[in-house]
Amino acid sequence: MTSQTTSGAGYATERETTEGRVFNVTGGDWDTITGGIDPLSNEKIVVNMGPQHPSTHGVLRLVLELEGETVTQVRPVVGYLHTGIEKNLEYRNWTQGTTFVTRMDYLAPLFNETGYCLAVEKLLGITDDITERANTIRVLFMELNRISSHLVWIATTGMELGAISMMLYGFREREYILDIFEETSGLRMNHAYIRPGGVAQDIPDSAVRKIREFLKYLPKKLKEYEDMLSGQVIWQERTQGVAVLDVTGCLSLGVTGPVLRSAGLAWDLRKTMPYCGYEDYEFDVPTATSADVWGRYLVRMAEIRESLKIVEQALDRLRPGPVMIADKKIAWPAQLAVGVDGMGNSLEHVAKIMGQSMESLIHHFKLVTEGFRVPPGQVYVGIEHPRGELGVHAVSDGGTHPYRVHYRDPSFVNLQAIPAMAEGALLADVIAGGASLDPVMGGCDR
Amino acid sequence: MTNESDGGVPATQPVGADLDAPAQTPPSPDKGMFGVKGSGDVSGFGGLARRRPSTADTPRPFGGYFDEVHDALEEAYPGFADAIEKVVVDRGELTLHIKAERIAEVCQIMRDDESLRFELCSSVDAVDYLGSDNRRFHVCYQLTSMTYRRRVRCEAAVAEGVSLPSVTSVYPTADWQEREVYDMFGVVFDGHPNLTRILMPDDWEGHPQRKDYPLGGVPVEYKGAEIPPPDQRRVYQ
Repeated sequence: MTSQTTSGAGYATERETTEGRVFNVTGGDWDTITGGIDPLSNEKIVVNMGPQHPSTHGVLRLVLELEGETVTQVRPVVGYLHTGIEKNLEYRNWTQGTTFVTRMDYLAPLFNETGYCLAVEKLLGITDDITERANTIRVLFMELNRISSHLVWIATTGMELGAISMMLYGFREREYILDIFEETSGLRMNHAYIRPGGVAQDIPDSAVRKIREFLKYLPKKLKEYEDMLSGQVIWQERTQGVAVLDVTGCLSLGVTGPVLRSAGLAWDLRKTMPYCGYEDYEFDVPTATSADVWGRYLVRMAEIRESLKIVEQALDRLRPGPVMIADKKIAWPAQLAVGVDGMGNSLEHVAKIMGQSMESLIHHFKLVTEGFRVPPGQVYVGIEHPRGELGVHAVSDGGTHPYRVHYRDPSFVNLQAIPAMAEGALLADVIAGGASLDPVMGGCDR
Repeated sequence: MTNESDGGVPATQPVGADLDAPAQTPPSPDKGMFGVKGSGDVSGFGGLARRRPSTADTPRPFGGYFDEVHDALEEAYPGFADAIEKVVVDRGELTLHIKAERIAEVCQIMRDDESLRFELCSSVDAVDYLGSDNRRFHVCYQLTSMTYRRRVRCEAAVAEGVSLPSVTSVYPTADWQEREVYDMFGVVFDGHPNLTRILMPDDWEGHPQRKDYPLGGVPVEYKGAEIPPPDQRRVYQ
């Protein structure tokens, strides 16, 4: 009936049947590998967690060395989402840069854009010329973005620690914020809304109304989350005393943001090195002293409430006025509207440019195709991102393209702390500790 | 490895980038802007001269806290005069250009001295100034003092193939960031515990963020017209 042949070097045995050749892949080769190992003398096992794993927040790979349930070594491996954004920026003009950087940390796109624009504006020396309304909108949107980012954190961390319903609630509330972003910029994510010189377009009244509704809506929901999680024994056991990293550890590993504040140091760039007019807003910097996952949970929940306070103040100080710098050599000459193929320049505006004068058309053409020049030099701008300090190091050689832009992304730097948090602890605590850093691999790998 | 298939997936060689490709970003000219060469230009733009980046020493006083930082470092560090190549204040930021071999020592003083206290190394990255051979790669260290709320940039320049000391013993956070600089620029840090690639695959050839490394890309067709890849489009210099 059948005749069995074994191919010496292949992985599978094969045999001829009446239907054709059949391969047998029962995994017998594992027996030859494991057969020579004495199971009693070798209790250490190496486990590859990720890069495709539901609880590693994207394509993060952790190589774990385990002795039973105890983790003896962790080696994080990153780079699976490297997209070469920094290199690509060098081949586009300064304004086009925002459409690239917004894709780095996809949960906090408006922070990437703001950091980039602040750096470009500092290079141009126009930081003080940004209109008040543009700055207020930037603050407003950054704080809404901080809330949406923290909501995803609480959602995913809830899911990873066994509170699946928390994931549904967190993403549900985040959708409200994304609706507001969509109403204003036309996009739920990757907005390219904040531009060198101001913002792409004014915030519509309908979006302001939505934000006011959201301000009333979210506090009730936050209360519900805390009712669900804070008193919960499983939540407490999974977070309290887990993945401790004190101030010394944070500083030497460069960890900033909620993780540093959960260790007790009230370091928040919005307070310590203000930008975009944050010094004029009334808000507190929440801290905890437990330096564990529980502390980070408390800090983030309190930060959402502080951000709501800032959003409310920003709405109140939203006065009519221009949202783009007056200098026509820099201001992007666009009036956006929704057309048949999506958001683009409005037809009336195109008609105006084309019909006004030859000089105006030339100016528009030069600015859009060639872009503006940035005087040579370099700057470093740091802003408070939901995950810590986002640093932008921008270098110009005097041309229309960036010479070099480097992003100091907090996810990248913070991930170095996983071994310090997890080694010596249980396998389950690796998940809790990693989640408490809130890494976003798009930002980490850039 | 052979291309002979022995029953499994056909084995192919990994394809890296072509390292011999010419530099794709043309060097910025001093004269002749907008890519204009020779005649044909009647606008006068072709005759404009461009200002070169000013990296001259900034004269004292620097203003703000910069003088204090400079003096405190001079007092605390005996090799100051030898190690500091240049002090530049630009756009409200202080840059100390430091001899590459002294960078770890200087960072140690910057971190530990009571009147400096730069506890946090915010960022380490590099810039490739292709064409300035002895100072091709500038490694920039953005230091932050949380005590005094100050920032300072230390910059060390090395030629291709020349290494500089790692600051990981002073700032452990520089570990991954130095690995990124090595990965992207090929700058080697002596004394780094594990200097391997971090973002690119381990078997990648070349260092992608060098200026003489091509961006790559394929032309795309949009509404009947072919758009060349970004590094082959028209560049306004």
